[in-house]
Amino acid sequence: MTLDVVAIGAFWLCAVTLVCSALAVVLGKNLFHSVLWLALALVSTAAIFLTLDAEFLAAVQVLLYAGGVITVVVFAIVVTERLVGERLSHVSRRVVTSAVVCAALLAVLVRALNLANVSLPRPAAAGDLTSQIGTSLLTRYALPFELLALLLVVGLLAASYFARPED
Amino acid sequence: MSLSAYLTLAAVVFCIGLFGTMTRRNTVGILLGIELMLNAVNINFVAFSRFRGIETGMVFTLFAICITVAEVALGLAIVILLFRTRRTASADHVDWLKG
Repeated sequence: MTLDVVAIGAFWLCAVTLVCSALAVVLGKNLFHSVLWLALALVSTAAIFLTLDAEFLAAVQVLLYAGGVITVVVFAIVVTERLVGERLSHVSRRVVTSAVVCAALLAVLVRALNLANVSLPRPAAAGDLTSQIGTSLLTRYALPFELLALLLVVGLLAASYFARPED
Repeated sequence: MSLSAYLTLAAVVFCIGLFGTMTRRNTVGILLGIELMLNAVNINFVAFSRFRGIETGMVFTLFAICITVAEVALGLAIVILLFRTRRTASADHVDWLKG
């Protein structure tokens, strides 16, 4: 019973942090602050993964997203500001229309969720999820896994080609 | 927590990300909105995977995270290239197809 209360509290804490930081990402005026809020949103997503017993994915999320992506975005902002020599503007437009569209989409999604009535019981944790993921990565999903490696190499080459110094 | 709580949370985050993508003028800001939407999809994947007791959803999430990292790297390379050639960060100014 106490464990249940702790689990529910952890979920709500992560969920509120995630939604608030996501709002700060899209509503903030300063682009750099938006990136930092995105880092908080990504870390709280990792915490959500932890509440779903996916420790490996939480670690990947923190390492790749909060570590890699945020570093790259900050780097890009710094480089582009230096190129232009002025602060990046970060204004929004069509706020009302977009808010209406997004609220309508949210209403449709929540209504569909209620109608679908997806109340699966949560099964007990079936062994080590990390080892299950590893096993299926190297057996059933071995080919997509290798293609992913190819994709990363192509992405690396293309990014360095795009960002090459001017001749 | 129930499955629908996770799905509702993911729907909320997705809509916030969509709002960001629609309202931002700056290309980096648009990219941040897309990140939020992908994140919401990952929450859905992991929640379904956990509640159905099948690890496939988590493998998919792993793929989605890696592909997103590649996408961000390429997107930012394009942003830097845009800055070099056009001196702009606004997606509205990017309306030509010829190199």
